[in-house]
Amino acid sequence: MLIAVILALAVGTYGFRAVGVLLHDRLDLPEWSRRLLPIGAAALLAALAATAALTEAAGFAGWARPAGVLVGLVLAWRRAPFVLVVVAAAGATALLRLLGLP
Amino acid sequence: MLRDVAAIGAAMLAVGASFGAVAVAAGLPAWATLAMSAIVYAGGAQFMAVGLIAAGSPFAAVLAGLLLNARHLPFGLTLGGSLGSQRWRRLLGSHLMTDEATAFALAQPAGDPRRRAFWLAGVLLFLAWNAGTLLGVLAGGAVGDPTVLGLDAAFPAGLIALLLPVLRDRDTRWVALTGAGLAVVTTPVLPAGLPVLLALGALALLLVRGRRRPPPGDDGLTPDPGTRQDEPTPVLRAGEASC
Repeated sequence: MLIAVILALAVGTYGFRAVGVLLHDRLDLPEWSRRLLPIGAAALLAALAATAALTEAAGFAGWARPAGVLVGLVLAWRRAPFVLVVVAAAGATALLRLLGLP
Repeated sequence: MLRDVAAIGAAMLAVGASFGAVAVAAGLPAWATLAMSAIVYAGGAQFMAVGLIAAGSPFAAVLAGLLLNARHLPFGLTLGGSLGSQRWRRLLGSHLMTDEATAFALAQPAGDPRRRAFWLAGVLLFLAWNAGTLLGVLAGGAVGDPTVLGLDAAFPAGLIALLLPVLRDRDTRWVALTGAGLAVVTTPVLPAGLPVLLALGALALLLVRGRRRPPPGDDGLTPDPGTRQDEPTPVLRAGEASC
């Protein structure tokens, strides 16, 4: 049973990934819809970032995580190096949790 | 670039270790835990599946995991040829397609730079996730909770940093912000995975706005990424100016 679950997940996930890539060649998309694709991908990534920053198991993630992400956001805006953005976001969140913020 | 990927890779190593430890603690055999990281290779779906398997709902584990991963189809459609021209590259590259690898690739201009970014991020992050899982399986309960290190903030912060340049385009910014808002608002009421897919609905904004396109470069200096629509603009302009 376990192996069937893992295989189904693996095949399905790979299917989503590969079908998109392979369809890219097969579909002769008109120019206007080609322009929509990167915008759609940006919307998906923004939605992932926003839900990952704010929510946990369909509820609010607590204050420490969004606060840390906000620190990262401000640094990214000021064109800080990527590594600094990531480390500062994690560090700020860790520090706030250490101080007792959920 | 390598350093940037390594930063996310380090976080993935730690979260992968926590996945390994959590899965083994939930009663999954070591081989199944390792196999999941290698052949499913989708962090969110793996954590969710372990929880649902442990709760005795294997069918739900598959459905929920696939719903969560459906977003990879539009990612693949967008990346397309950026994986390389040979067929084996497309087939192998598809397996390495994660949110982070996609974000690293799309942050680069189309063509060779994007292809290199995708493969660098794809391979390194895959190795990091699987090495982390192995560490977690071996170390078990000795692996700490990644939230103590604030790693749950590292991933959204990294995604936002990669997205910022793309959000300089006005249409992209509106669609992405609206999509992010839709996803956050619907997260409490929809099953996991659907809210993020719903963000694609924000593309309708472009249809509503019609063919009226702003001239290139118009208003391009106030990108507004995702979560903070009420950010004070003047501060950010100052930030731009400081570069």
